[in-house]
Amino acid sequence: MVLSPADKTNIKSTWDKIGGHAGDYGGEALDRTFQSFPTTKTYFPHFDLSPGSAQVKAHGKKVADALTTAVAHLDDLPGALSALSDLHAYKLRVDPVNFKLLSHCLLVTLACHHPTEFTPAVHASLDKFFTAVSTVLTSKYR
Amino acid sequence: MVHLTAEEKSLVSGLWGKVNVDEVGGEALGRLLIVYPWTQRFFDSFGDLSTPDAVMSNAKVKAHGKKVLNSFSDGLKNLDNLKGTFAKLSELHCDKLHVDPENFKLLGNVLVCVLARHFGREFTPLAQAAYQKVVAGVANALAHKYH
Repeated sequence: MVLSPADKTNIKSTWDKIGGHAGDYGGEALDRTFQSFPTTKTYFPHFDLSPGSAQVKAHGKKVADALTTAVAHLDDLPGALSALSDLHAYKLRVDPVNFKLLSHCLLVTLACHHPTEFTPAVHASLDKFFTAVSTVLTSKYR
Repeated sequence: MVHLTAEEKSLVSGLWGKVNVDEVGGEALGRLLIVYPWTQRFFDSFGDLSTPDAVMSNAKVKAHGKKVLNSFSDGLKNLDNLKGTFAKLSELHCDKLHVDPENFKLLGNVLVCVLARHFGREFTPLAQAAYQKVVAGVANALAHKYH
């Protein structure tokens, strides 16, 4: 699965539209993930996961910043995300199924906040983008 | 069986009451065919599905989306007996249509995205969680008679 030039354009323009809200959206997506898919909470026993949690917001910002980095390096995701890939493989070891769950909730968050921009073509490009990032983050698992 | 709290049931029916089922059906099916193009394998007779615009304006996609979502709507009225409600459709999808049940999960998640787009902030994390339970329940019910 390869990101086409059109996909890259869609992804970058979406990220431009998001602007400074990326951190908030990251937090919201995590919130949605924990509420819709409670098994994902097992990776955060050390967190306060109640609504409005400062820890979830902070973590959401971390996730969003990583995605912003990815958007800036669409031509070399493995290179740009190498350290995060190591982290997920050797330390965090989040089961791969969970990346799909967070990716879905990122799409839902973006659909909520940017209904006009979330056209079918953009929806497709973003889904491919999150899938590509997920693939890189799980690429060193074994 | 789908276990929704009273609050979740209220969220589900409250939002569904405001949904234009015919339109949302077409949009959800259209997006499925665009975002996961391999799902087009079931629709060779639908004509032009070559671009997002072609898919979204395709009359057969709209008609079929309407059919699918009206059926889903029936499920919402029978959350306590989804397996019974969808038994015949489950047999049909296995024996005649040969649809991999994975596709029900894909469509369910696309539907959630469409609802998010329509309702915006009103589609709260709690509302989403309730709908995720429903779409999972419907997907399981449709897969139940597979053999």
